[in-house]
Amino acid sequence: MTTLTAPVPRVRLARFRDLTLVPVIVILLVVGAFLDPTFMTAGNLTNVLQQQAAISLLVLAEAMILIAGKFDLSLESTVGTAPAIAVMLVIPVTAGGFGLGLPGALVIPLALLVGAAIGAFNGFLIVRFKLSAFIVTLAMLIIVHGFLQGPTEGKTLFQLPDSILYLGSATWLGLPAAIWIAGALFAAGIFGLGYLRLGRALYAIGGNADAARAAGIRVDRVLYGVFILGGTLAALAGILETGRLGAIGNNQGVGWIFMVFAAAVIGGVSMDGGKGTILGALTGVLVIGLVQNILTLIGVSGFWQPVIYGGIILIALMISRIAGGKAQD
Amino acid sequence: MKNHVEARNVVKRFGPTVALNGAGIAIAEGETHALVGRNGAGKSTLVSILTGLQPADEGEVLFSGEPAPVLADRDAWRQRVACVYQKSTIIPALTVAENLFLNRQATKGLKINWRGLRAEARELLDTYEVDVDVRALAGDLTVEQRQLVEIARALSFGARFIILDEPTARLDGAAIERLFGRMRSLREQGVTMMYISHHLDEVYEICQSVTVFRDARHIVTRSVADLPHDELVAAMTGEATVAYEARPHTPAETVVLSGQGLTLGGRYQDIDISVKSGEVVGLAGSASSGKVGLAETLVGLRRADSGTVMVKGAPVKPGDVPAALRAGLGFVPEDRHHEGFVPLLSVGENATFPIARKLGRYGIVSPARRRAKADELIKNLDIKTEGPDQPVGDLSGGNAQKVVFARALVDDPAALVVINPTAGVDVKAKQALLGAVEDAVERGAGAVVVSDELDDLRICDRVLVMFHGRIVKDVPRGWTDHELVAVMEGIEE
Repeated sequence: MTTLTAPVPRVRLARFRDLTLVPVIVILLVVGAFLDPTFMTAGNLTNVLQQQAAISLLVLAEAMILIAGKFDLSLESTVGTAPAIAVMLVIPVTAGGFGLGLPGALVIPLALLVGAAIGAFNGFLIVRFKLSAFIVTLAMLIIVHGFLQGPTEGKTLFQLPDSILYLGSATWLGLPAAIWIAGALFAAGIFGLGYLRLGRALYAIGGNADAARAAGIRVDRVLYGVFILGGTLAALAGILETGRLGAIGNNQGVGWIFMVFAAAVIGGVSMDGGKGTILGALTGVLVIGLVQNILTLIGVSGFWQPVIYGGIILIALMISRIAGGKAQD
Repeated sequence: MKNHVEARNVVKRFGPTVALNGAGIAIAEGETHALVGRNGAGKSTLVSILTGLQPADEGEVLFSGEPAPVLADRDAWRQRVACVYQKSTIIPALTVAENLFLNRQATKGLKINWRGLRAEARELLDTYEVDVDVRALAGDLTVEQRQLVEIARALSFGARFIILDEPTARLDGAAIERLFGRMRSLREQGVTMMYISHHLDEVYEICQSVTVFRDARHIVTRSVADLPHDELVAAMTGEATVAYEARPHTPAETVVLSGQGLTLGGRYQDIDISVKSGEVVGLAGSASSGKVGLAETLVGLRRADSGTVMVKGAPVKPGDVPAALRAGLGFVPEDRHHEGFVPLLSVGENATFPIARKLGRYGIVSPARRRAKADELIKNLDIKTEGPDQPVGDLSGGNAQKVVFARALVDDPAALVVINPTAGVDVKAKQALLGAVEDAVERGAGAVVVSDELDDLRICDRVLVMFHGRIVKDVPRGWTDHELVAVMEGIEE
């Protein structure tokens, strides 16, 4: 038996695979500092983090869903629709609401509930009916956005209850509350996917669902849970964004999903499931945020930003491919 | 004797297909019971029913006389039955340690204790003497290591009944002996086993009784001592068959395939090989002998560090499969699921890939011509299929392998390289596949047969035995099993 040779334990580079984007972040910080003196100020960096707080929650949600081997495009629509529906259940008809007169304190729980319900419906179609996650959530992206457009008739909601504005605008211990919330949730995600059986089950399901089932993992139940959690996180992202902007526009969240996928994938999360970490996804968000900030600071025309932006995503991908050493999928 | 496991009158349908038609099995406590049958006889379906992965449409399953637990209660199933599945149930992106303890990781409170998990995994692998780094990614293991990890995992649940579904299909001789040694010691400890294999010799070696399935039905159950080889094969096929007779070949003088001074670091060194038209050359050796790497180099899947490959006297661009195919090579890869066919595409398309350019002009493939060619191939190789339009993924293992052969033979290759041509296929398909190699040779091709199966090598005019990356002996036809194995294991020079 001893004739079997174990695979040469490759220098524990694997452990640092999560951190392949760290050099990119360092380069961006250095470049930013050279290009604009205001970049390295605490105010600006806080600003970057605050702007990314909401979208980072979507990245967290998407990373978990991708690791479990599924897909959710509809998250971006939930960002606008969940808080909007919750607000309309509370505010009077004159302000654009349904006139149900529910207490204002309920608006956050209601928004989270709407998000969870959307996630549960996605899960229902994908897990129960075994439909393709890509197409289901593409349809849901359109439908859920329609549930923002329809009731508001395309108008922006301005008169919001104070409770929904608080989280996105408050400051705790000198930093915006949104940063604390996102930070805490990412910490929970890193811990959960690294150290809980339930979290490891996501990797097992994404890596080989049959094997996971044979190992006694309740695959369907876990997938349901992931979709519901994803919808809830998207609703929370919507609440933070609403608080930051002070209003709910009819295109809140629209177009985010591309950035979300870009962040997750350059952060090392595989589109095929079973691979990637939450820490990696977090570095992906930071790269995207820093690039955006630098482009704005140096005054690149908004019309040209997408080109540079997309190019930098590609470069980041190549760097993480070279550093990671393996083909991306 | 008490029955440890019993399945009675099990019926299982998949759409219009009846996979099990009132079949059953009764396995006595403490015995090693073989389940044999041709591909599609219903063996795998019975396994998934006995392990609780699928419900039976009708019939019942009993463990020690008690009805089986409900399907949802995985823990109860795993305490009753462990299984090493034919399909790998390893998750490639996770470490060996985590694969071993998937969903039952060592925890401190709720938190997984990674250090403890690794220690437990190391202990488990040590118990079964599997020398694998528990921190390695499971996807980086060799087939053999992966299988040993799976076996160790199956045993670790403490079940007293273990199903081994073709565990030896991809192991070499030494590994099979180790496995059998382990099975014998388990049996001494009173563990009941169900053993599935296409290798009837193994059935006689390791099992006490045998059940034969054919066409979704139970045919016979008997003690192996009371069921001679011929009768067993007859029960499997429904007719009496004779062992495959290798035909005599008359090699010509022209060399159709040769390699000179081939070296690939870590796999093989200084290989010279030449195959004449009308000759079959075998390559034998253990898993680490480098035989598969050498064959893959000949067909361009790998690029040697040095040396040249020549087809019909002209050098072929190294590491370039299209160039090798153009030069006149046909190729049956080691793992048909991985490199052999595209499961969703039809039999016709899979079989005619290499000649797509000949089936129409300007990159357009004429469906009518492809169909005609495919019909011809289906007939020549006796592929059991609904027709050229059926996806290969729906075929049984033996028929899928025939499609892979069809692809290799479609362009009338001057040289044919086949790796493990009969892995996981039944007796009759095996004979058809070996016949196909000999047919091609009679048409003037030269063939290289790389195989772990001694039976496959019997059609060879000479067998080159490799040991640690070198050809150590050129054995002419007429060898005995014992002689060849001794050279392969490096016991004899």
